[in-house]
Amino acid sequence: MKKGAHRNHPHYWAFVLHRISGLLLALFLPAHFYVLGLAIEGTAAMDGFLSWSATPFAKIMETGLVVLLAAHLTGGLRLLALEFIGTRESSRIAVAVGAGIALCTGLIFLLNGT
Amino acid sequence: MSNTIQVSVWRGAEEGEFQTFEVPRQPSQTVLDVITYIQRNIDPTLSYRFACRVGVCGSCAMTVNGRPRWTCRTHVDKVAGDGTLEVAPLRNLQVVKDLACEMTEFFDKMNRAEGKFHPTKTRDDDFDFIKPDDKKRKQASAGIECIGCGVCYAACDIVDWNKDYLGPAALNRAWTLVNDERDGGNDVRLAAVAGDAGCHACHSQQGCVEHCPKHLSPTHSIAGLKRETAKAALKGLLGGDD
Repeated sequence: MKKGAHRNHPHYWAFVLHRISGLLLALFLPAHFYVLGLAIEGTAAMDGFLSWSATPFAKIMETGLVVLLAAHLTGGLRLLALEFIGTRESSRIAVAVGAGIALCTGLIFLLNGT
Repeated sequence: MSNTIQVSVWRGAEEGEFQTFEVPRQPSQTVLDVITYIQRNIDPTLSYRFACRVGVCGSCAMTVNGRPRWTCRTHVDKVAGDGTLEVAPLRNLQVVKDLACEMTEFFDKMNRAEGKFHPTKTRDDDFDFIKPDDKKRKQASAGIECIGCGVCYAACDIVDWNKDYLGPAALNRAWTLVNDERDGGNDVRLAAVAGDAGCHACHSQQGCVEHCPKHLSPTHSIAGLKRETAKAALKGLLGGDD
């Protein structure tokens, strides 16, 4: 059976992106607090992490994080507009603009961070 | 264009399998034409439902190549680019036999969403005067053309996840009545659509909007209900645990 064909439209993919970015950001938070906690343990531990964070791998991961944050933000704003203002027109364009802003934000971060 | 088309048709009820038929192609042929050809020329035991054949009644909705559609308004040319078709019953509804679904639950949910008119006047009262450009009139008009075909219900993943969810059509119906100035049932209606299986369960995936053959937007109707139920809750009008 041709399952899932009814899901292949921009709003569904926007929903998936919003859900996945939300889950990944939730998973990231404990790691974020752990790193902040290193500062209390002492400078050596924190400096060790900071030097790792300057590696290209960490930079790419960080860019991904920024893209996730921007995607979750624009997705959330789109939903707020849909549900509270009731915007009806250009709904698909809003999905595309949100994705574009998220990718551009990541690109700007990557170019400025090196 | 090949002279024939390979059609996989669901046979059975909840349990069953696809059966393949070879059907001659015709110009301007609809999916309903194909199904009707199979029943009249190949296998008379095939069960399906239709009435008007022209997109007025909404009874011929089926799943065509994985998407819910009115088969009478779906041209084979449009959906069978590779010369194959897969026709199944609507999703999220109990299958009676082959392509015919049990619609009772779908229509029961219209009632559960308080989708009926609560009159406030008698025949002795004067008419209500509602201007065509009145905001509420426009909001009601945006959703009022629903003919209850069940396509949105079949396209909705929330119905799939929560069998009690009232669904896009029932909530859209409730929203048209919320905006009806002549109606006096909004307290009951907003309480009816505010529960776990009501408007707040909608994730705005907009599958209903994408597939509605009438180009309605149940998502926006449901968003309207979310706003109105929130206002009613703040005013303490919903009562109970809802």
